[in-house]
Amino acid sequence: MGLDIPDCRHLLGSLSEYIDEEASAEVCAEIERHMAECENCRVVVDTLRKSVLLVRQLPRRTLPPEARQRLYKSLDLGDFLTGKPPRPGTP
Amino acid sequence: MTTHNTDEQLLLERIRSGDKSACALCIDLHADTLYRLAYRLLGDEAEAEDVVQETFIKAFMAIDTFEGRSKLGTWLYRIAYNQALMRLRRKEPAKVSVDEPIVTAEGEQIPRQFFDWCCLPEEDFETAEARETLEAAIQALSETLKPVFVLRELEGLSTAETAAVLQVSQEVVKTRLHRARLWLRERLAGYFTEYARTQTGD
Repeated sequence: MGLDIPDCRHLLGSLSEYIDEEASAEVCAEIERHMAECENCRVVVDTLRKSVLLVRQLPRRTLPPEARQRLYKSLDLGDFLTGKPPRPGTP
Repeated sequence: MTTHNTDEQLLLERIRSGDKSACALCIDLHADTLYRLAYRLLGDEAEAEDVVQETFIKAFMAIDTFEGRSKLGTWLYRIAYNQALMRLRRKEPAKVSVDEPIVTAEGEQIPRQFFDWCCLPEEDFETAEARETLEAAIQALSETLKPVFVLRELEGLSTAETAAVLQVSQEVVKTRLHRARLWLRERLAGYFTEYARTQTGD
């Protein structure tokens, strides 16, 4: 079973820090040394990094325009929907 | 003590004085991020919209109680998160995930998938189906892990900011983020491994 080996389990908890480049030099060295010998762990690290990259690249939703209009109106801010810059000191 | 930028202080003063243009600006600055959080937690656009509205209503009514010790965005996120959580509690009292990776007594998740799917061509990650798979995977994160994942990974909040929104320690944020990532990796591996096999005709 791939990651039952104590070394693999020991390093598993540090992998997020490692891919975020927040791990100490010592931990990085340990992980990299281990990956050179353990293909399963090498795959886990690479696919973990890839998974994070993929979700970060997903398109980001924004509040739909109709929803924005409803929101402004419900808060009595309908005057500000036209996109005209607000007059300073508007009550 | 963190000092927050003077622009934000000025905006707060204007909102407190009843300046509607300041309220509109506050919405412009924060509505999208709140919507994204609410949508991820509730999985429904209409409900997410409701949460955004409730959040701003509550925030503007309670603006005098906001002391500015955290960023305005953090405070708004917290209100939105709690609003979304209340709705979740009403809908789904208990949520059990199936096909979880092995979880040890310490709550550690043990990877089981070791096929290297990183080597797939980039366009295979950009298909509509791949996107849907990614979206579905995020939506399927547990209620404990999802808020951390959404705030840290998708909205780019720091560990400290995420901890402030969710009112947990930074250690908890780090642990949950790591578990969420491992869980996601496992789930994506299932899809992409199968996909790679169909490509090679295995």
